[in-house]
Amino acid sequence: MSHDLEAAAHPQDLRRVVIEPVTRVEGHGKITLLLDGQNRVHQVRLHIVEFRGFEKFIQGRPYWEVPVLVQRLCGICPVSHHLAAAKAVDMLVGARTLTPPAEKLRRLLHFGQTLQSHALHFFHLASPDLLFGFDSEVERRNIVGVIASHPDLALQGVKLRKFGQEVIRHITGKRVHGTAAVPGGMNKALKAAERDELRAGIAQMVAWSQSAVALSREVFTASAHSADFGVFPSNHLGLVGAGGELDLYDGGLRALDAGGGTIFDHVDYTHYNRYIREEVKSWSYMKFPFIISKGFEEGWYRVGPLARLNICDRIPTPLAEAERQDFRAAAGGGLQHATLAYHWARMIEMLHAAETIEQLLEDPDLLSTDLVTRGARVLEGVGVVEAPRGTLFHHYKVNENDVVEKANLIVSTTNNNQAMNEAVRQVAARYLDGRKLTEGLLNHLEVAVRAYDPCLSCATHALGRMPLEVSLLAADGELLDRLTRSAEGQLVRPTP
Amino acid sequence: MVLFGYGNPSRGDDALGPRLLDQAVAWLQAHPGLPVTPVADFQLQIEHAEDLRDQDLALFLDADATCPPPFTFRRVQPSRDSSYTTHELSPGAVLQVYEQITGSPAPSSFVLSVRGAAFELGEPLSAPAEAHLEAAWSLLEALLGAPSLEAWTTLLPAVE
Repeated sequence: MSHDLEAAAHPQDLRRVVIEPVTRVEGHGKITLLLDGQNRVHQVRLHIVEFRGFEKFIQGRPYWEVPVLVQRLCGICPVSHHLAAAKAVDMLVGARTLTPPAEKLRRLLHFGQTLQSHALHFFHLASPDLLFGFDSEVERRNIVGVIASHPDLALQGVKLRKFGQEVIRHITGKRVHGTAAVPGGMNKALKAAERDELRAGIAQMVAWSQSAVALSREVFTASAHSADFGVFPSNHLGLVGAGGELDLYDGGLRALDAGGGTIFDHVDYTHYNRYIREEVKSWSYMKFPFIISKGFEEGWYRVGPLARLNICDRIPTPLAEAERQDFRAAAGGGLQHATLAYHWARMIEMLHAAETIEQLLEDPDLLSTDLVTRGARVLEGVGVVEAPRGTLFHHYKVNENDVVEKANLIVSTTNNNQAMNEAVRQVAARYLDGRKLTEGLLNHLEVAVRAYDPCLSCATHALGRMPLEVSLLAADGELLDRLTRSAEGQLVRPTP
Repeated sequence: MVLFGYGNPSRGDDALGPRLLDQAVAWLQAHPGLPVTPVADFQLQIEHAEDLRDQDLALFLDADATCPPPFTFRRVQPSRDSSYTTHELSPGAVLQVYEQITGSPAPSSFVLSVRGAAFELGEPLSAPAEAHLEAAWSLLEALLGAPSLEAWTTLLPAVE
């Protein structure tokens, strides 16, 4: 595993290019490149301005408020934070094993979130690049362009999103800011009418998800980029069930090395900090987690759809399992290391989510009111789920007055920090090195980042409206060139 | 009529949209019979195009870090813009998605943007935002009292 291009030998002699913000990712990110006079790439870094107020936001609050409170951290995956926090709080009240109806409702909620999040990413954020090409006209490279040229596909994306939101709304009472999980369980059962409404629509969602898998497979296998775009060996980490199956809600931690060898398996996630540590780098606000036994240099890993399909032994729904086998076969039986395979893996997970929702909706336990359990109180709780973007850790310590004194969150994007940096370095070296920069080439870097679907809890949408601006600076800071994307999506090189 | 109030209630002045929506919902409960559908969310997304079905009027309530204080009220048309570059769409882009997935004209739509300044997680509304909210509510109350394109259009010049 290489850290080439992380630090240039003589940065003072190089030109600096900044891509800021990285578009179609949640939050605010920037990529900096240092180039010499021949446009040779010497350094590439992805910086993500992570909001560091999570812990302060939570500390000082009674523990039972936390699952509701943390939904406000993120407008894109509030349900994932809600469930990870709820699992930590379950532990605080001695209820790590829930009643079957409560666990099934939570799983249904989680799969609703996974369905809508994966649909948003593939149909809205990624498909413009995948369908039109990384350097197609920038005016077409957006969801509006997808709708214009693939109206059925765009409508399916909207409907899949909407269905996932409806699952969430029926369980939590609202589309956002609702409540569902409480310490030790859930606060209400699903009503028969709500279940029946979802039942009426789910078969279509399964069918559309199958089509989406086929499209993502076709795009990956047909693309000339797949074999060399962001392909690099890495460790992979995630939760698996007791039998090694894909499990997005619960299970033990499994980590495999780049060759598929086991680093650890079925680790109780409450002991995560015996296996994973976070490191700081001077140039980034975001920490770099790594597997302790492999060390900082070799221990970084990937999480999310690609990692999950690499580490699991099977998927417990038939259609998605058949697709997983195709996916693994395409990698020659080993682990799949291609960054663009994230999209294919994501769609297989979306199919799994739709199938699981279909199964759960047939389960009478969803209507049961046996929803809460309790046990012996403890003062420390850890909750882990596989959020759409990857493994999400919530860890709380409370005092005798039930107030949170310490909180630690490792979000999916933080887990993928080093992997995203590796991806942009590999792509920069392969596609940009020695070439004159164009918007299309720079978009290659963004495509690499977007494959990981980074999400930075920046629900303040007002902050996300900046146009893209790329500045080329001399070593002394002199502005040599500048390219901006206007509010209308036009690329402009301002006159000096 | 559909009323969108969007923003994160826990991020300072980003709560302006949801706060206005809450006030509107309370007002509607006191004035039953008006066919208004309230929709609260963190941000606008493609699926909100579905909320525009069978509506003849739409109003978007939002915080804005750059509009003139205390608020602006304007008509919005379907448009292709750069909002696809984030995880949220602009009102015009949502209208555009609606027209393209339905093949029908979008409902007449307006945006009430309220000036905000501070958007930090865990912070309450800033003092200026509280004042802007109060001013915007006066207009919103008038809009709810006369939910028609004709009435709203007459209010445009008075506040622009």
